[in-house]
Amino acid sequence: MAIREIPVEEITKAVRRLCIEANTILGKDIIDGYRSGLEMEKSLVGKDIFRQLLENAEIAERKSIPLCQDTGLAVVFVEIGQDVHITGGDINQAINDGVRQGYRDGFLRASSRDPITGKNTGDNTPAIIHAEIVSGKDLKLIVMPKGFGSENMSRVVLFAPAVGIEGVKKFVVQRVKEAGPNPCPPIIVGVGIGGTFEKAAIIAKKALLRPLTKRHPDPVVAQLEVELLEEINKLGIGPQGLGGTVTALDVHIETFPTHIGSLPVAVNIQCHCARHKTVIF
Amino acid sequence: MERTISIETPLTDELIETLKSGDRVLISGIIYSARDAAHKRLVELIEKGEKLPFDIEGQIIYYVGPTPARPGQVIGSAGPTTSYRMDPYTPALLEIGLKGMIGKGSRGGEVIEALKTHKAVYFAATGGTGALISGKIKKTEIVAYEDLGTEAIRKMEVKDFAAIVVNDIYGNDLYKEGIKTYQRV
Repeated sequence: MAIREIPVEEITKAVRRLCIEANTILGKDIIDGYRSGLEMEKSLVGKDIFRQLLENAEIAERKSIPLCQDTGLAVVFVEIGQDVHITGGDINQAINDGVRQGYRDGFLRASSRDPITGKNTGDNTPAIIHAEIVSGKDLKLIVMPKGFGSENMSRVVLFAPAVGIEGVKKFVVQRVKEAGPNPCPPIIVGVGIGGTFEKAAIIAKKALLRPLTKRHPDPVVAQLEVELLEEINKLGIGPQGLGGTVTALDVHIETFPTHIGSLPVAVNIQCHCARHKTVIF
Repeated sequence: MERTISIETPLTDELIETLKSGDRVLISGIIYSARDAAHKRLVELIEKGEKLPFDIEGQIIYYVGPTPARPGQVIGSAGPTTSYRMDPYTPALLEIGLKGMIGKGSRGGEVIEALKTHKAVYFAATGGTGALISGKIKKTEIVAYEDLGTEAIRKMEVKDFAAIVVNDIYGNDLYKEGIKTYQRV
């Protein structure tokens, strides 16, 4: 099998473009989600918020102004086929160059700072890169600008197995209840069950990449997603937490086998804009 | 829905006494942007007994860190950031005359009490509508802390900036009331 060469410049160009697009163009599944939210929502204030979200999306795309001023930290998922050879430079540097250029040319916000000194890094790097080696000769890049109103509401906990699935559901619903208006409802909830401390978290974040309304292929997990969405919407938090029937647009669960002595659960909350754009080389 | 009223800054006690949680407002006039880092510096000045970089009496602070403006634009995307992070600094600012805050998300008990004590109001703007809100900001200039970039204190002139009263001076809280109406647990 031939090795496929991909020059780093192509990666930088793609990441730059994805940063700008993800921040200005809403996913079609999300726009559809707002339209059904507008229809389903019982609160008049809530309906008005859905109208504002739709208007905001139209203005953002037309004027190329970011949907939200929190253009987030640049989370970049890389799925690199094992028959791919990156040429001409360092892939991590190339991705960071793409983020730097995208955030500069797209007039996006530099929101990255040193956690100890507080000093802003100035260019929204370093990106948060999650790279995975897969089979084949494709390179897939997903840029997910992650805003921190929602990220700050996310949690990881390692339960004892005795807590069970009912305990997991209670934890997720309680987290959404405690978060209230802060993550900018209507939210999308990513749940990771199993793995280790960090695996649960990363699968919870990857769960957020699934298109809205798409269910998990395993019917047991799919049923859990449906039940959790229903429980969450009974909380009455509503759009922007001002009260309503649409608190979450969807719940996505990913699972991974875990240790016999543990039940790790991660809840990664995503705000209503759920920004992410993908390119496959 | 509750009423919608147009209000102008600076806010007077007479006006504040008429505002109730759930009222929708269209704010026009000058508002000041400040978030985490600027609040820390302002409270440090208050603790040292030093003058603030702007006259805070009667003013509204908007919790926002905008994206950079394109050439020809007044301001970039400028929606509200989450307010609870400014809670530790807020009572001190209310004590010296701050009369309104725009942000999103609930305030803590100490802030809600301070709103009653000092007669000030907390408004929420719609989170994630930064593109829509940017059109309501007609002029902006940095008045302090330029080194903070997006977190600098900006004096912004706004016209019909839409917000909703969350906490009035009577102890009402729209986040609590709204959820009560719709919760089915």
